[in-house]
Amino acid sequence: MGLTSQSTGVNALKEMLDIQLSSSDDIIVALAGNPNTGKSTVFNSLTGLNQHTGNWTGKTVTTAQGNYKYRDENFILVDLPGTYSLLSNSIEEEVARDFICFGNPNATVVVTDATCLERNLNLVLQILEMTDKVVVCVNLMDEAKRKKIRIDLKRLSELLGVPVIGTSARSGEGLEELMDAVYKVSHNEITTKPIRIQYDDDIENTIQYIEEKIKKSVDNKINSRWVSLKLIDGDMSIIDSINKYIGIDLSNITNNETKLGLAEVSSTPLSEVLSTSNDLAYGDLRDRIVSSIVKLAENISHQVVNSQRQKHNELDRKIDNILTSKAFGIPTMIALLGIIFWITIVGANVPSDAIAYVLFGIEDKLTYLFTTYNLPNWLHGALVLGVYRTLAWVVSVMLPPMAIFFPLFTLLEDLGYLPRIAFNLDNFFKKACAHGKQALTMCMGFGCNAAGVIGCRIIDSPRERLIAIITNFFVPCNGRFPILIAVTTIFIAGAVSGPMQSVIATLSITLVIILGVIMTLLVSKILSKTILKGLPSSFTLELPPYRKPQVGRIIVRSIFDRTIFVLGRAVIVAAPAGLIIWLMANVNISGISLLDHSAGFLQPFANLLGMDGYILMAFILGLPANEIVMPIIIMSYMATGTMIELENLEALRSLLISNGWTWLTAINVMLFCLMHFPCATTLLTIKKETKSWKWTFVSFLVPTIAGITLTFTFTQIVRLLGLA
Amino acid sequence: MEGTKIPLHLIPCGKSARVKELTSSGNLRRRMLDLGLVIDTVVESLRKSPSGDPIAYEIRGAVIALRSEEASKILVELI
Repeated sequence: MGLTSQSTGVNALKEMLDIQLSSSDDIIVALAGNPNTGKSTVFNSLTGLNQHTGNWTGKTVTTAQGNYKYRDENFILVDLPGTYSLLSNSIEEEVARDFICFGNPNATVVVTDATCLERNLNLVLQILEMTDKVVVCVNLMDEAKRKKIRIDLKRLSELLGVPVIGTSARSGEGLEELMDAVYKVSHNEITTKPIRIQYDDDIENTIQYIEEKIKKSVDNKINSRWVSLKLIDGDMSIIDSINKYIGIDLSNITNNETKLGLAEVSSTPLSEVLSTSNDLAYGDLRDRIVSSIVKLAENISHQVVNSQRQKHNELDRKIDNILTSKAFGIPTMIALLGIIFWITIVGANVPSDAIAYVLFGIEDKLTYLFTTYNLPNWLHGALVLGVYRTLAWVVSVMLPPMAIFFPLFTLLEDLGYLPRIAFNLDNFFKKACAHGKQALTMCMGFGCNAAGVIGCRIIDSPRERLIAIITNFFVPCNGRFPILIAVTTIFIAGAVSGPMQSVIATLSITLVIILGVIMTLLVSKILSKTILKGLPSSFTLELPPYRKPQVGRIIVRSIFDRTIFVLGRAVIVAAPAGLIIWLMANVNISGISLLDHSAGFLQPFANLLGMDGYILMAFILGLPANEIVMPIIIMSYMATGTMIELENLEALRSLLISNGWTWLTAINVMLFCLMHFPCATTLLTIKKETKSWKWTFVSFLVPTIAGITLTFTFTQIVRLLGLA
Repeated sequence: MEGTKIPLHLIPCGKSARVKELTSSGNLRRRMLDLGLVIDTVVESLRKSPSGDPIAYEIRGAVIALRSEEASKILVELI
């Protein structure tokens, strides 16, 4: 099959997926596959484009594309959403199906997991029904070898009728052969003969009946057997897609014709078939269609896979017995999180001091330069004390924790631990009438809340997705995480000395995170009972096998993909913010600086929350990016008070204390940091994802109200008891 | 026990069972079929999550966690 004409519909689809052809000779290759098969690794290895890979269900929610050269030709690789099937109607499956079917790729590569071939063959067989230009990539051959699973690739290729290539994408093994096979299939140098799934007589007869009816209309532009099968399957969305992309209207052959077909070949009287609802008419046939595919997959798998069954997953099971057990599951989870925080805090201290020392040394040199050349004072103020100093603070406070935290967290992700977190916590989410996968989107929020919000697409039910989006901000992202670390290490842990310091800091951060989780659950529950009423939807979660993490790749990926990116963003925002702060501190109206005016205005309200006007203003000015909140607070204090040389954290501590900070202030700053309005990037992402200003506004309001309520209550109680 | 159909979530951990009937309909039924839960598929109950629900099952080589709401709509026979 394949499309002969480039109709406007096809172009619309390519536009939808934003495919950029450099010339009309470009070869388009679709990359399909189950989640967790290393599809993204194959994609990255081939294209070199850095796309984040995660070891959890449905991570690749949007299509990415990249290109590679092979034999002097340009191949455009389109990474489709990871799906288990193209039969049920999720958005991801529709995108993948439509692209393979109507996007007119020159070849489709289906990536499969060698350690779990049977399950993966389901998708392979479905794709082979749609197109014959397919290359099957059996990935993770190294994992299979480790688990003593042997796969007869030659036999598999014979059975499926298309090229089958074994790869270990992580080490690059087999990719050359894969590119070669893709080249040959797309140039018709290999003629494929895909296996045809034989259904039972009833279905085969009905297919024939309907195929007859539609053959003329579809005019070889699309595989008529496959369309007939979809119609019998009751998949009416295919009619819309056919109309949309190739401009053929099959709606006259929809419901009733299909039912007529069913009636003709079965013994059920026509009138009865026509009067039954869709579900009843199709339900049984659908079961039979899926059963045929599943059984064929089972059959093929038995012929090509040779493993000492029951043995190869033994280790995974033993690990799971501990990590998800009743006694150790949740404590281990908290302990792991604690260890990560502890390493981050302890590890970040030294480089933080060192970086601050170097950067503020440069500041002195800059100042010296400015005085030597007699440059005006205001310029020195704006550029050195404003822009440079804020930048220096952002870098020295943010960089070390990020450079340590991200690789550690990515390590957990790579190991396959995150789905276990969802498994452990699901019952709590169920009780909050939310989705267990919300635990996964929360984990993504640790990286960046905007990414977490996008990640919420893995939740199918719109109601539960909205809950996950609105509550995502209760997980501190990397922009806010260093504020927590800075406040705990400088202030709370600074109060004690010796080795207990890092332990106390770790404990307080872990407690803050747990509080964030509790707030997430509580707010989810409240939303479920008020503006987002409803019952939990269905839930299936795959617990993929543990994988050996690729340490080198993790370090590179987390430093370049995340740390540098996040730091860059912070720096871009911090530079102008530094300027604004300096101006506000130095532009006087009736003898008082703008900064004092604004802080003074916010002071009464901030005081109720146990903070001061400068802190509250810093959070407001930090709207573009939370990374700059702490630097703004420091800048404000330094601009108003006497100048202090801040070459170490101890000096910072004295600065905060001299500005009236107590332990109550520190805790309130941490609480408010955990719960306030999301940053501008996150809000814009929410607008994009929900397509609604209303839900964006709700997402703004909910954490803000929570933060104000909590800090207010806490402060008033503490003050009432006379504790601070 | 021969011939008695019981809901999947009541299978003790470590035991295997054969799928005999799906009582769900619509999208959920599709999803279950997509997991490979067709009639006569053998499923092993692996472990409960710390709070007892969901439960992880081995289905056709993959480990899938199902909440009791979904698992109760899959009727199986112990083997």
